[in-house]
Order: sequence, then C-alpha cells, then structure tokens
Amino acid sequence: MPTVNLTVNGKAVSANVESRTLLVNLLRENLALTGTHVGCDTSQCGACVVHVDGQSVKACTMLAVQADGAKVTTIEGLANGDTLHPMQEAFRDNHGLQCGFCTPGMVMSAVCLVKDRPNITEHEVREGLEGNICRCTGYHNIVQAVLAGAKAMGR
Amino acid sequence: MAPNDVGSTGIGAAVRRREDFRFLTGRGTYTDDINRPNQTHAVLLRSPHAHAEIVAIDAKAAKASPGVVAVFTGEDFKAINGLPCGWLVHGKNNTPMVEPKHPILADGRVRHVGDPVAVVIAETKDQARDAAEKIAVTYKELPAIVDMKAALKGGGTPVHDAAATNLCFDWELGDKAATDAAFAKAAHVTKLDLVNNRLVPNAMEPRAAIGDFDRATGEYTLYTTSQNPHVIRLLMGAFVLGIPEHKLRVVAPDVGGGFGSKIYHYAEEAIVTWAAKQVGRPVKWTSERSEAFMSDAHGRDHVTHVELALDKDGKFLGMRCETLANMGAYLSTFAPCIPTYLHGTLLAGNYATPAIYTNVKAVFTNTVPVDAYRGAGRPEATFQIERLIDKAARELKTDPAELRRKNYIKPDQFPYQTPVALVYDIGNYDATLDQVLKLSDAAGYAQRKAASKAKGKLRGRGIASYIEACGIAPSNVVGSLGARAGLYEAATVRVNPTGNVVVFTGSHSHGQGHETTFAQVVSDMLGIPMEQVEISHGDTNRVPFGMGTYGSRSLAVGGTAIVKSLEKIIAKSKKIAAHMLEAAEADIEFKDGKFTVAGTDKSKTFGEIALAAYVPHKYPLETVEPGLDETSFYDPKNFTFPAGCYVCEVEIDPETGVVEVQSFSAADDFGRIVNPMIVEGQVHGGLVQGIGQALLETCVYDKDGQLQTGSYMDYTMPRAGDVPSFKVAHSVTACTHNPLGVKGCGEAGAIGAPPTVINAIVDALSEYGVTHIDMPATPNRIWKAIQDAKAARH
Ligand code: FES
Ligand code: FES
Repeated sequence: MPTVNLTVNGKAVSANVESRTLLVNLLRENLALTGTHVGCDTSQCGACVVHVDGQSVKACTMLAVQADGAKVTTIEGLANGDTLHPMQEAFRDNHGLQCGFCTPGMVMSAVCLVKDRPNITEHEVREGLEGNICRCTGYHNIVQAVLAGAKAMGR
Repeated sequence: MAPNDVGSTGIGAAVRRREDFRFLTGRGTYTDDINRPNQTHAVLLRSPHAHAEIVAIDAKAAKASPGVVAVFTGEDFKAINGLPCGWLVHGKNNTPMVEPKHPILADGRVRHVGDPVAVVIAETKDQARDAAEKIAVTYKELPAIVDMKAALKGGGTPVHDAAATNLCFDWELGDKAATDAAFAKAAHVTKLDLVNNRLVPNAMEPRAAIGDFDRATGEYTLYTTSQNPHVIRLLMGAFVLGIPEHKLRVVAPDVGGGFGSKIYHYAEEAIVTWAAKQVGRPVKWTSERSEAFMSDAHGRDHVTHVELALDKDGKFLGMRCETLANMGAYLSTFAPCIPTYLHGTLLAGNYATPAIYTNVKAVFTNTVPVDAYRGAGRPEATFQIERLIDKAARELKTDPAELRRKNYIKPDQFPYQTPVALVYDIGNYDATLDQVLKLSDAAGYAQRKAASKAKGKLRGRGIASYIEACGIAPSNVVGSLGARAGLYEAATVRVNPTGNVVVFTGSHSHGQGHETTFAQVVSDMLGIPMEQVEISHGDTNRVPFGMGTYGSRSLAVGGTAIVKSLEKIIAKSKKIAAHMLEAAEADIEFKDGKFTVAGTDKSKTFGEIALAAYVPHKYPLETVEPGLDETSFYDPKNFTFPAGCYVCEVEIDPETGVVEVQSFSAADDFGRIVNPMIVEGQVHGGLVQGIGQALLETCVYDKDGQLQTGSYMDYTMPRAGDVPSFKVAHSVTACTHNPLGVKGCGEAGAIGAPPTVINAIVDALSEYGVTHIDMPATPNRIWKAIQDAKAARH
C-alpha cells in the first residue's frame, strides 16, 4: 500500500492507503477528521469540500495519493482554538445552517469564494456556491452569511 | 441586553443557536462519524430489476472473497417478520387495505430497483463491496408495473399476489350526494387534471445504521439516522426482531436532515442489528447517495382529477376529487395515511366550501415505496385546491386574490367544522392575504410587468393560500382511523440540586434547532438563564419515551409536554417554597425565577428551592417527596392549523422556456413564535423544497421500472442560483388548545410554494392561452407549451 505524507491542519501526517482511497476517506477514516462529510457519490454536493494548498477541493474527487505533499485544511482547522473564523461566525450569526451536514463544505467553499472579495454581490455568491447543495436552509441565510463573512474577512 | 438577562433568551427572542458551534467546527456526531471497536461493514446487494423472480443466488465466491465475515440472503430472514406498517386504512364498505409482507431481504421475488437481495459483511467497506459484486443472482424477469392507471387494469403478474389489480385500498371521504347536488345547481364548474410529481427527499446526510450486541448483558444497540428513535425501538424490537425494549437501545445522534424520509423503519436497521449478534461484532452500514435514491422512501406521486362548483357570484358550492396515489412496491411505515388522513381531510383548504367529496385509490407499483415527505399529503391537497381556484378565477375573469377572499372562512366562523372531518380552531386568512399583497408590492406589478415585456420577457404573478394540519392528534381519534400508535409526546424535566435543568424530550432535532428553542421555553418559564438548561434527545436510554419529530409537531406537541412538566415543577416548588417561607401555598407567587409570598418581600430563588428539594432538611417531608424531576405525556386535543398566503413573480424567456423566480413573498400565521430567526429559516427551507418541486425536481421511472433519476446528475436539486432571497412576514392568531399558542412551521413553505409558482407561470403564459402546466415546469415543458399554443392558433 502506498504511503502518503501531507500536512493536515498544520500537522504533518503520514498514512498507508490503498491506491483507490479517496482523500475524504483518508481524512474521515485514517485521521478521524469527521467534520468533512460525504453527501453524494457523483461529486455534486460539496459536503466534502476542504482546502488543498489554499484551493477549495471536493475531497471525494481526489485520491489520497494525489494529496501527497499537499497542505490540507479541513473544517476542524479553520477556527483559531475556540475563536471562530469570521466566516464561521457569520454563518452562526445569520442562521446559515440547520442540520449542519452541508455546513463544513459550505463554509470551506465560501472562505475560498470570497477571499479578497469583500464586496462580492449576492448574485456572485449564488453562482459561486453552485457546487454546494443544502437541503435545509433554502440558501437565503447562507447567502446572507457569506456576504457578511466576506465583509468581516476583508476587515 | 446582558447575556444573563432572561429577556434576551426568552420566548420571542431571535437567540443564536447553541448547536451551531459544534456543527461549524466539524464536531457534530452523525451516525457515520461513529465507529465501534472491532466493527465490520455491511454492503447490500440490490435488485437491478423492477420486477423479477429470484431463481438462484450463488454466494460462494463472495464468501471466499478477502475480508468477508458473512453473507446473508432472504433465506436467512425467512423466519423473521417483515417491516411493519403503522397505519391500517379501511376503504369503502370498511374493506381493510391489502397489506403484503415487506421482507427485510427479498423473499423469492424482487419488486423494485433497489430492493435488497443480499448483504455482505466484511472487514472493510471496500472488501464488502468487492464481494457483493461476486454474488451471482439468477433472475427471471417479469413485466414491470409502473403506470398507476395501467396497474389498476390488472393483467400480468401483479406486484403482490394478494392484490390482483394492484389496488391497496379504495377510500372515500365526504358526502357524495351533497357534493353531486352542489354541482347540479352550479353556475360554473371548473375542472382540472394534475399530477403531483414524485420527489426524492434527499436529506443531505445519507442514511446510516450501526448495530451492536453485547453478549455480556444481552443488550442490543442501534445507532441510526432517525427522526424518532423510540418509534424505531418499538417497530424493530416488537414487530420485527422480537427484542424487548429493555434489551434494545436506539440512538439517533446528530441527524443531517430528515424531511420525513427518516421517520420510517428501514430494512437496513434490522439487518445490522440482527447481524451484529450473528457475527458477534458491530456492523455498520452507510448508504451511498445512489443507494438512497432507490431505497429512501419517496414522496408525493399522485394523479388527480378535481372539480370545483361555483354559484353565479363566485361562491364555492362544492368540490370533488379523484386521486390515484402511488404506494410503490411495499407499504412504508406511514404510507397509507398520507393520501387519506393527511390529504383528503385537507381539501377544504382555507375555504368555506360546503360540500366536498374525495375518492383515493392507492396503488402498488414496481417502484420505491412512497411515504411522507415534507408536507405529506398537504402539499398535494393544497396544489389541487389552489390550482383549481386559480383556473376558476381565470375562467371567470376575476381577480384570483379576490376570489379567494370571497370564499375564505372568516375570523368569526371559528371554530369551523369542515365537510372533511377537521375542526379548525382559529385563523385569519384575510390578514395573511392583506399582508402578502403588501409584502409583494401588488400595486407596483403593472410597472414590473411592462419592464419585463420591454426586455422581451413574459412576467407572471401567482398567489396561493394554504392551510396545514400539524401535530396529528388526538390518539383516540387517529386510533379509530387506523393509526397503530399513539400520537402524544413525552418530556421529563429534571432539575438538578444546584438549580440547572436537563430536559429529556421525545422530539428529535435534525436541523430544527430544538436545543435552542426548547431551552428558550424553559428559560422563559423558570426565569433562569439559558446556559443553565440542557436539552437531551435522541437516545432511548436517556429519554424515557417519545414519538419523535414529524408533521411540524415538535413545539406544538413536544414543547407542550415540556410545558406540562415545567408546570408540575413550578407547582411542586411552590409547595416547597410555602413551607420554607412559612406561608400558605396559595400565597406563593412565581415570577422571574423567584417564589415570593404575595405582598411581601419574603422570597426564595429557584436555585434555593432546587437545593432544598435534594437536601430536604427544612422540608415538608410528610406531604412532598424530595427531588425535583417531573415527566409528562401530552396528547393534543386537536391538530394545529397554521395557514398563510404566498405570492411569487416569475419571468419567462419565451425563446427558451427558462423561468426565473424574481420574487417570493410569504405571509404565514404560525401562532405564537418562540424563535423568529429559526422560524424564518424553516420557511426559507420549505419554500425551496416547494420551488424545487414546481420547477426542478422529479423522479422518473421508465416503462420497465428503471429509475432514470438515480443521482444528482439526473435529479435536479435546487441550488443557490436557482432561487431568490425571500420576503417573509408573520401574523399571529394563537392556537387555542396548547399553552404556548404555537402551531408549527416546518412544512408550510413546501406546502404553499408549488401552486404559487405554477400559478405565476400559468399567468405569464396566459397570453398564449395556456391554462395549466405540470410540475416540474422545466424549460422544455414551458417551451413546448408555448409552441403547442402557437400551433393551435394557426
Ligand atoms: S461528497 Fe458530494 S461532492 Fe463530495
Ligand atoms: S443545513 Fe442541512 S443540508 Fe444544509
């Protein structure tokens, strides 16, 4: 079994995985980082989004071995201790989550989407979240949260 | 306000949710996040055919596959009961429904694509999957029964031998003679054929289940993605596996959305629980999304003909409906009650229609079982009524809003007995109509329409009212109608010695925010800060009993059970306070967390009483037991009846048929509101599921019963770019029969949105003479409707 070495949430990790193992399985099963979710099997829902070298990536769409040498951030690595990231705080403050299942992927996507775009528009946010499905919120409050998060991140 | 100020966390405050921190930081615990020591993994082999006999199953190669622990087939489950149905509907002449066995694993015959045939248990999920592919099943295919009308003609092999024409039941409600008489004297009759498209609920968390068996104690544990763990304990324990309650613990931890689809007892729950004992190790199963499409209960799927009789002034005289309701291949837990007691009984809508008759035929087909999905019967009823009224308004060239207003049940008519069994306690439909007209800027519509036209777009405006019946009850009544369960809720309020409170509720939260809302109720009633209140749910070993969450019942029924327990806590505390303060019990007043002797400044805090209850030194031991812990079972006197009125504006590109929802306004009356932020969130979510039904979503089977929409590649889920932001507002008529005055808000959006959107589309297309369009109104359908209308004119 191949060995992968990568940095996850600032920590160096190494694991033996089958070559068919997906990045999301490496995170959830080998590293017990269960904040990253699996909502589909066709790369459509975005519940699994993490950051790989600063880019949002659907972790169900990347093999673990492809992440060798990469820097990965998951939802567990976004807050600073108990201080939420401004995007997390914006989701909380705007009721941008209900069951919470889409939330980690939504937040990770949103952080990348609005980076350096404090004045992103509602239309751009809606288009930019195309890859993330939420069944609970009707998106209204997610959009409000992302707009507020963008402003807060720009501060 | 200071964070400890109860006013900032009491009833009516938009308190930020306490569950959010764990979800936002990836610390939620959903079933698939749980791993038991030494656990194995289950993968199900499912039927690729809609209808076939199983001639032989050869599992030899699978059993020899690396990592395989066991392989089980229908043979192994032969002696075990099937999945139970929780509602026995009697049709015409008191004929009971046909209730065929729903085997855990297919028993000689498969009846829908996805019907489970075998289960492989292996060390890893990949190994189980690899082995499942090595199972050789020989099938003898049978013609599939897919179309309901054709199914009822019989012929060929029926889905179940016990129903030769695939009829499950033929049910009616209402006074047929009176209704026919109303039609005979009508000045105008409007008729409509419509389809309530089949939907796949698609909670974002796929179902999952882990079975565990402790040889030392003989206790089973099932972790499952359920909306009602106690119901699963009863159904699976008593009816399927024969495990008594005291040896079966069911845990539904964080659950990622349900919308009805996680109410039911599913085969996989029984499989992992049973197999855990067989293999002597925990067994875990997690659905893949494509599996979910062919194994989660679907929703809707009605085909209806409906007629409305009006007098010369536009007053409704009568309504009659004929509906075919698809049950799918087996009866899911609550399937028979959806098109009957949650649909037929809602056909009065918001209107004083004096005579209504409905006939529902439930039909077996070779498709996934159909059961409650957000709204459950009520969206189907509302769509019928509100489309029909809109068509009538168009035919009579009258304003659809005013035709509704003319026929509304008026505020002074409550309590109102409908001709279809329900008694509405309270409402003010004129108020929600007025509110939505304002909210949606009815006055500015002509201008917006002209602006759309200038861009070459067709603009349409649609309106619809809805009423919903929530918190299905009372148990006496539903029992006489065939329910095989009670529909009360239980709650224990435990006050600990230092004055903090744990509430054990039978309601289950899977996105609704109960940990916040219920804590607000406690904080408000006991006058203690929310931080001192914990809400515990989802574990049959912690929560004494419960019926769970469905039908927008949690606050109206579960919340009331909490209130009843709180009342008992307060009553007992007053006795203790009276003793400690040396006053008469009748003189003790409780306010803002303090027990005071009326007219004096002598008082004890809630915390002091709690401590005295557990350290009963200066305590009325002769008359009052120590401790402060109360349980209540609350059985509602009636349904609650939220209602509202919605307006939608759409713009259609006539060249492509693409619809854009330009605005959506919702005016709801949910009774009293505990947390407006959470309520608005529920409305938003429901609206998008309703807009999804109207514009995007549909489950398609081909004539051979193959599921054409088996993944997110083919089944169109609403995404952020498909919907607008919403305008929502509330008015309040407080429910008359529960102490909080609450009605429930979970399903409203999904009930009211579909007819609102379709009415808007038909309005936009009316200049072409289009009078109806089926859901989902895809660009293709709209474009075709335009072309057909143009062709018909030439
Ligand atoms: S799990 Fe759905 S996109 Fe990755
Ligand atoms: S919050 Fe439940 S899926 Fe988005």
